[in-house]
Amino acid sequence: MKETRPRSFYVLSCVFALFLLFLYGPMISILVLSFQGPEGGLVFPMNGVSLHWFEKLREGGGQVEIGPALRRSFRLALVVMVLTVTFSVLAGLAFRRGFRGATLLLYVAIASLIVPSIVVSLGIALEFRLIDEGIKALGAAWGIEWIQRDFVSALGPFTSGLGAHLTWTLPFGLLIMFAVFNRFDPAYEEAARDLGATPWQTFRHVTLPMIAPFLIGVAVFGFTLSWDELARSSQVMGADNTLPMQLAAKTTTVTDPEIYALGTATTGSSILLVLVTFTVATLLQRRRQRG
Amino acid sequence: MTDAKAVELAAVTKRYDAALAVDAVSLKIRAGSYCCLLGPSGCGKTSTLRMIAGHESVTDGDVLIGGRAVTEDPPARRGTAMMFQNYALFPHLSVAENVAFSLRMKGVSRTARLTRAAELLELVSMSDYAERKPNQLSGGQQQRVALARALMTEPSVLLLDEPLSALDPFLRVRMRSELRRIQRELGITFIHVTHSQEEAMALADLVVVMNEGRIAQAGPPREVYNAPRTPFVARFIGGHNILDDGGRTITLRADALALAPADAAGEANRRATVREIEYRGPDVRVGLETDRGESLSAVLAERAFFERPLEPGAAVAVGWRPDAVHELTPDG
Repeated sequence: MKETRPRSFYVLSCVFALFLLFLYGPMISILVLSFQGPEGGLVFPMNGVSLHWFEKLREGGGQVEIGPALRRSFRLALVVMVLTVTFSVLAGLAFRRGFRGATLLLYVAIASLIVPSIVVSLGIALEFRLIDEGIKALGAAWGIEWIQRDFVSALGPFTSGLGAHLTWTLPFGLLIMFAVFNRFDPAYEEAARDLGATPWQTFRHVTLPMIAPFLIGVAVFGFTLSWDELARSSQVMGADNTLPMQLAAKTTTVTDPEIYALGTATTGSSILLVLVTFTVATLLQRRRQRG
Repeated sequence: MTDAKAVELAAVTKRYDAALAVDAVSLKIRAGSYCCLLGPSGCGKTSTLRMIAGHESVTDGDVLIGGRAVTEDPPARRGTAMMFQNYALFPHLSVAENVAFSLRMKGVSRTARLTRAAELLELVSMSDYAERKPNQLSGGQQQRVALARALMTEPSVLLLDEPLSALDPFLRVRMRSELRRIQRELGITFIHVTHSQEEAMALADLVVVMNEGRIAQAGPPREVYNAPRTPFVARFIGGHNILDDGGRTITLRADALALAPADAAGEANRRATVREIEYRGPDVRVGLETDRGESLSAVLAERAFFERPLEPGAAVAVGWRPDAVHELTPDG
């Protein structure tokens, strides 16, 4: 017997195909164009196939100078990742026990997801202007020499920039921890307590190992959200640029496919990062089950 | 193992905000006895157990273990150990490490604690599974591991929260006798929460029937079954007919009713119609409706029933011996 598919199947398939095309089409175009021949331009058709633009990228000194921005973005993403995991776990534990004003605090945290990113960025920049003026006023009033001579601004990737990224990653991390702790049976902790574990031992030997697989998720989330954030970064990095900012700036001025080579390289390393973390997570899970 | 200890509750009360879960419960449980807290869900039996364990704070009153007030002590300092309803085995640790957990918290070396764990796994016949993870075990096996883990702390009192409810009926009966065997072997006090009267009667030296945060009756199973104190106890324990008899509330065990043909009996206590017949193997339950509108349940031995079988709709005379009547005091 041959099964016939309803017509809706074909219609929905077309919709899905379109979805895939829009999802991966741009990425594939860039991937293909990054292998453009030395004489090729920014658009199709391909003028030969080569690794020319990757080599140029590796040598540096071309139109796209991204080394410092890349290193800065990587360091920032790492710091954001560590802080996001730490704070999310602690906040998750606190919300689980309940405290006065918990609901209000939750709404405030979620609200920062709703406020447009660019507004958050601008607001933080304005706030730091005020802080700068305050510091300068202090320097003048108390005659602190280095402030008067060297201080320009407190704005920077690891001050205002870090804060801006955390307004984005912390609510996500917190929401994930909510979901995790919602399904976490307190009987495990009671059992540990019953067996003589101190609160710290209970956390260290029972709670933490049990939520560890989810923390990998929070970490990857924190890292990637910071790594490709543009809008929230735009006003708050001071004199420095992060990688997405650098790329955004370059797209308006660059005239050769080196930028595509960069896109391919960074996308590739992101995918690699995700693959590595998931492999590690799976291996951990398997080791746990095998025993 | 350590010595068994007696447990005493002195007007123990638990209040959650406005709701009163346990209302001034006083109870003495002899050292080395098997006590079952029995009652419907929400009767306060689990709260009572958790207050004895120290996982729930006591609003008012005192918990004494071995004559010592432990009301303010943390769970690990009470000489109790608890077996949780879903066993709460740590999924990331092997069976042996689960059992050895309490020693690990005390800083006992790995070899020493695993040696000790092996001994306890032997007691519950789980030695072959020491290296498995909990999720690779069946419900019954998980229960044995949970038991071994609780016993590792050498408790004087073992607290069991509905330990058999997660098992299938067949396994439940087997684990029931195993719990009783282990309790006898160790000689320590067991306090076991259950909503199954069958389980309580099969296991307990002392059955404590609870209702709405209070003890409705506490006594040996036979006493509770033969002389329920209140209509609630009679109903909950089952096999009883509660009747109004000239202003008194009385109960008659279902197996104390005699059925005779309607025209035969001169001294019948009630006339009734057979409403349903339930064949149960060793006996037959006959559902009756009396001419006063009461529902009665009579249980007849299988052979006796089939010597004079009845059909639904048949009219019968219901009789009982005067000494079968047991008077109840009102609930509350």
